[in-house]
Amino acid sequence: MATPTRILRGWGGTSAPGEEILGENLEEIARDAVLTRGLGRSYGDSSLPPPGAHKVAGSTRADQILLFDEADGLLRGEAGVSLAKIQRVILPRGWSFPVLPGTQYVTLGGMVAADVHGKNHHVDGTIGRHVQSLRLLLADGRVVRCSREERADLFRATLGGMGLTGHILEAEVRLQPIPSPWIWAETQRVESLEDLILGLRTAASDWPFTVGWLDALATGRGLGRGILIRGRWAEKNEAPTNPPAEKHRMSVPFYCPGWLLNRVSMRAFNTLYFRRHPRRLKAGIRHPESFFHPLDAVSRWNRIYGRRGFTQHQCVLPETERPGATRRFLESLVSSRAGSFLCVIKDCGEVGEGLLSFPRPGISIAVDLQIKRTTQEIVNQLNRRVIAEGGRIYLTKDSLTRRDHFAAMEPRLEAFDAARRRWDPERRLQSAQSVRLLEQAR
Amino acid sequence: MKVVILGATRGMGRALARKMAARGDRLFLLGRDRNALDRSAQDLKALGGAEVGTSHCDLEQPDGFAAALAAAETALGGFDTVVVTAALFAPQDELERDHLLSRRLLDVNFTRTIEFCEEARRRLTGGGGGTLCVFSSVAGERGRKPVVLYGAAKAGLSHYLEGLDHKFRSMGLKTVCVKPGFVKTDMTAGLDRPPFSGEPEKIAPRVLRAIDRGRPVVYVPPPWRWIMLVIRNLPRAIMRKVGF
Repeated sequence: MATPTRILRGWGGTSAPGEEILGENLEEIARDAVLTRGLGRSYGDSSLPPPGAHKVAGSTRADQILLFDEADGLLRGEAGVSLAKIQRVILPRGWSFPVLPGTQYVTLGGMVAADVHGKNHHVDGTIGRHVQSLRLLLADGRVVRCSREERADLFRATLGGMGLTGHILEAEVRLQPIPSPWIWAETQRVESLEDLILGLRTAASDWPFTVGWLDALATGRGLGRGILIRGRWAEKNEAPTNPPAEKHRMSVPFYCPGWLLNRVSMRAFNTLYFRRHPRRLKAGIRHPESFFHPLDAVSRWNRIYGRRGFTQHQCVLPETERPGATRRFLESLVSSRAGSFLCVIKDCGEVGEGLLSFPRPGISIAVDLQIKRTTQEIVNQLNRRVIAEGGRIYLTKDSLTRRDHFAAMEPRLEAFDAARRRWDPERRLQSAQSVRLLEQAR
Repeated sequence: MKVVILGATRGMGRALARKMAARGDRLFLLGRDRNALDRSAQDLKALGGAEVGTSHCDLEQPDGFAAALAAAETALGGFDTVVVTAALFAPQDELERDHLLSRRLLDVNFTRTIEFCEEARRRLTGGGGGTLCVFSSVAGERGRKPVVLYGAAKAGLSHYLEGLDHKFRSMGLKTVCVKPGFVKTDMTAGLDRPPFSGEPEKIAPRVLRAIDRGRPVVYVPPPWRWIMLVIRNLPRAIMRKVGF
């Protein structure tokens, strides 16, 4: 059953010695694995084995759709089925997956474990809200179902539980009906961070999908200038009659040299990206993939950061309770002279059910940081800011947060630890990240 | 196409069935694990939209072959393509240690597979022709150290398929013998991967094209055609020395 690979990597390049066991029967291969991983799109060490352990189950061959109820909009799939496959099957038949994260190369199990959110978080919440039930292989070897009615505590701990409460084998999700598989999108240049945040708030009441891209390298008054993006599923009469064609993808064929992305080239790119957008509103029909998953247009784009890789710092800040929190965070980023190639901002809605679910009301901001000698200190500095503002970070992106910083952000840690004590008292399920951030001295 | 597949629940058969379902072919699945059959049928139905029927069929129980193919005939209203990907595999040293296992492997991969093909051939030619696509292996190309027994069964199977092709093509039966090199599936998990190993999803379109065109032999991934050309022509003195 083994497919030996000596090094396992997160999307950002974080690595750990380990072996990914692939197989069509996930229940079988996960039995002696310390963790299950999917397509490996979490940026940091969430999907890597902890030190000393070796075997991680890979779910990507357990990728069957077990039920697609076209009348009721219900889908049950094995953990390894990718979002790309799900959308390919259901979009032409009038349904969409209810939550679409930034990439479609994620697995169903991975989405549940990370309790992912998308551009519609302000109305539809995280994926957890739409999950009806889960089938788990517990640490003690039992296979159980859980839902809001059955083992509700296990269900809540598993949504956003980073795969640490049991191996997710199957998930059942309620789908969203759509009038057409195309998107009506509007984009708009915004000259300041405050306008961008205001734009997100205003759009929230009328638009199901909103997000902002911002130039984190512009200085002074231009800091936080960006592009506001809003969209909705196109009505039948405005959409093309043909289904969206499969997109052609470019690929980054090798690791780019580490110097390729530097302050000058990143600033040039960001300025160009900003200036290229006309001052007036741009509106029209968009391909759903280019709207929801723009980065998927270039496969293996993570290689542009070079072999040393990168990390993403994504946090959510309570902007309403603490006005200006986002600006203070960005200023902290600028003063660190870090420079982020890509910076994405989104207003979040209600807190989800998941015990460790990331989003909360406020502004979520994600910045990509190339790994350098100074990156650890920059992340520390950003995290101090997050703690001061009462925000928290997204585990799915993290590889460098310090344990004491995480504890200071997460009063919910004790409840999650209690759930793990109950369902995995011997701590058989662990990841490199859980050892780094969650394991209590016992 | 109306296709009966033996072995569609896993590996290369699964990938091929998905390609067929996605383009609208009607499918009927045969296999020995009823639960796995049901799950695969659901997955293929989601991909293609059409119902996918299943029936139990175990290569070790030849008495069930006729009934299984009859069930497929009823469900599909006749079929024009039969695909066989099911087979057993075990490493050579394991087979040498366990003579019951090697008897079983030789029996399933040669005798039983051919019995199944004969049943399929009778029905296909009786219905005016069609395609019989069977997964053999590059292991059958030449006697080699790591696949002495497995390769012998596959060599016999490849020979049988060539004979069928010569004899029945004029009667409308096209025979497609697929010769996979190393493909990363559950069957080959744990083995050291040679260069040019392939993914089931990548090779499925090539097999499908071979079926559509009725090509008698197809190597997947393609470089294996040239690798095997070399290996077939290596002098015995060299084959005896090398480990592959």
